[in-house]
Amino acid sequence: MADLHPDNPYAPDRFPDASKPVEFPPEAKKKFDYILTRYPTKEACLLPTLHLAQEIWGWISPEAVLYIGGLLDLSPATVFGVVSFYNMYNQKPVGKYHLQVCTNLSCMVRRAYDIYDHLCEKLDVNPGATTKDGRYTVVEVECLGSCGTAPVVQVNNDYHENMDVSKMDTLLAELK
Amino acid sequence: MDPIKVLTANIDKPNSTSIDVYIDGGGYKAIETALKMKPEEVTQLVKDSEMRGRGGAGFPTGMKWSFVPKNAPKPTWLLCNADESEPGTFKDRVIMEKDPHLLIEGMIIAGYAIGSNPMSYIYIRGEFYYGATVLDKALDEARAKGYLGKNILGSGFDFDITVARGAGAYICGEETGLIESVEGHRGQPRVKPPFPAVIGVFGGPTVVNNVETLACVPLIINNGADWFKSFGSPKNTGPKLYCVSGCVRKPGVYEFPMGINLKELIYDHCGGILGDRKLKAVIPGGASAPMLLPDEIDLPLNFDAVMKAGSMLGSAGIIVLDDSVCIVDAVWRLSKFFAHESCGQCTPCREGTNWLESVLDRIERGEGRPQDADLLLSMSDNIGGKSLCALGDAAIGPVISSVKKFRDEYLHHIEHKSCLPETVRYRRLDAPVAAH
Repeated sequence: MADLHPDNPYAPDRFPDASKPVEFPPEAKKKFDYILTRYPTKEACLLPTLHLAQEIWGWISPEAVLYIGGLLDLSPATVFGVVSFYNMYNQKPVGKYHLQVCTNLSCMVRRAYDIYDHLCEKLDVNPGATTKDGRYTVVEVECLGSCGTAPVVQVNNDYHENMDVSKMDTLLAELK
Repeated sequence: MDPIKVLTANIDKPNSTSIDVYIDGGGYKAIETALKMKPEEVTQLVKDSEMRGRGGAGFPTGMKWSFVPKNAPKPTWLLCNADESEPGTFKDRVIMEKDPHLLIEGMIIAGYAIGSNPMSYIYIRGEFYYGATVLDKALDEARAKGYLGKNILGSGFDFDITVARGAGAYICGEETGLIESVEGHRGQPRVKPPFPAVIGVFGGPTVVNNVETLACVPLIINNGADWFKSFGSPKNTGPKLYCVSGCVRKPGVYEFPMGINLKELIYDHCGGILGDRKLKAVIPGGASAPMLLPDEIDLPLNFDAVMKAGSMLGSAGIIVLDDSVCIVDAVWRLSKFFAHESCGQCTPCREGTNWLESVLDRIERGEGRPQDADLLLSMSDNIGGKSLCALGDAAIGPVISSVKKFRDEYLHHIEHKSCLPETVRYRRLDAPVAAH
C-alpha cells in the first residue's frame, strides 16, 4: 500500500522503531527525578517530562513516547494523546530556529502577516514546514500574549517584540 | 482619571525581580501580618475588600475561598492560573516577569487562608519560557529566605510552589481544563458540578485564582479592605491592569482604579488612534468579548458597566480597531483562533467553530452567499450554551456582535465581492495554506 503520509513519523507502519531506543542522558535523568518529587502522581509529571524530552531531542518521537510511557507507567496511547493535544510538542523534527509568528488580531492589524509571508518567501518554505537545510521552521501561531508589543515573533524560546519586515531580516542575519 | 502605580509599584525599579528589591519596597510584610491572623480572618478581609477575580469571570475572590469545605477527606489545593492566552491580554506576564515576588507572596497568603496542603502550582502557559525562569529563580530566593518551605516564619504553616508549564492550549486557562492539565491529561474541561471548590485537582478541593487576583492579596493585607475599596466603585473595587493593543499610538499595560472610562483610556492615555484614522470598533475584554461601536465606548471599564453595555470586561484586554480593518477579516481571525483552540470534546463547539471560520473566510474572499449573515447568527445560536465550558460562548461573542453591528459591511462583501474601499489588506488571500 502506498504511504499516504511520507512525512509523518507517526505513520502506522513505522511506529515504534524498536531499533532506535532512546534514553535520557544522566543530566536529564537528574532533572526527571526532581520532577517526580514535585507532583503527587506519576501521571502529573507527564507534561514537564515531555518538555524535558523536547529540550533534549527537539521533538517528541514515537520512540520518546514509548520511553516516557515506560518511565511514568503510562500507555503509549495516553502519552501520544497528550503530545497531540498540546501545540508546543513537536510531532516531527523542527529546524534549528523555530520561527513562530503570531498572527492573531492585535498582531495582524500591526502587519504580522507581512512578516509571515516574507519569511516563507525569503526562506523558500511552505507555511509550517522546515527549510531543506534543516535550519528554519516557519509557523503561524496563536496569540503569544504580547499584544502590546505587536507584532511578535517567537524564535525557539525567545520573544522578539515590535517586529517588522526589516527587523526580521536583521534578526535572520543573526540566526546562523 | 490619572494612572496609578499600586500593583505596578515595583516594575520600573532596577532589578525589580530580586527579593532584596521587593523586601526594600515593603515586600513580604503582608505574610507576617497574615500568618498572625486566623485563616478565616484573612478570607473575611478579602471578602470585605469586595475584590472580584481578575481572570475574566469577575467572581468574588473571598467568596471563592470560603466555598472550600473544612475537613475535606482529601488535601486542599491552590492553583495559580497564569495561562494567559486570551488574545489581547498581556497583564499577568508583566507581574510575573517584573514583580514575581508579589505573586508569590499573594499565593502564600491565599494558601494559608484556604488551608492548602504544602504544595501548590503556578500553571504558566508554555510560551512564557522567560516568565517561568524568572519565577523559578524568585521561588529559589523565597525558599532561601524561609518564606517558602516548612514552618514559614515559625508559624507552623508549610507551603511550597512549583511552576508547572503548559504546552500551548488556550483551553487550559479554563479552570477545569487547567486542573486536567496539571494532572497530566489532555486539557479538556470537566462537567460541573462538582465544582473545583469541592472536587478539583487530584480529587481535593481546589481554588484556582488568576495572577493579578493573587497579586492584589498582599496589598489588601497591608492596607486593609477599605483602602482597596477606595479604588473604583462599590462591587467593582481595587486597582486594575488594562491591556490596550491594536490600532492605538501607545499600546501597553495601564494601571487605573477599576472603572477608567474607555474613551478616555484610548484617546487621552493611549494617544488615540494610529495615523489619526477613524475608530471603528473596540473589543473591551479579550477576544471573547462582543464588540463595541465608537458611540458605545463612553463607559467605565468595570465588570458591571461593560456587562450592561452588552459586552464583558473579561480579562481587560482591549483591542482597538480602526477603519482600515475589515470587520469580516478581523472576526475571521478570531474565529480561526477559537476553531484552533476548541478542545474537541463537545460537538457544537468543535464543529461549529470550524464552520464559523470557513463561512467567514468565504465571505471575505467574495464567495459569500446572500443568506450568510443570518447563517452565522443561526450557527452561533447552535453553539452558545451547548457545550461544557465557555469556549463556544466565547467564539460566538465577536461573530454575533459584528453581524448585528456591521451587517451592512457583511452585505457589502456578499453583494460587491470585495471589502469596503477604505479597508487595508492585512493578509494575502492568495497565500499558500499550511499543511496540517
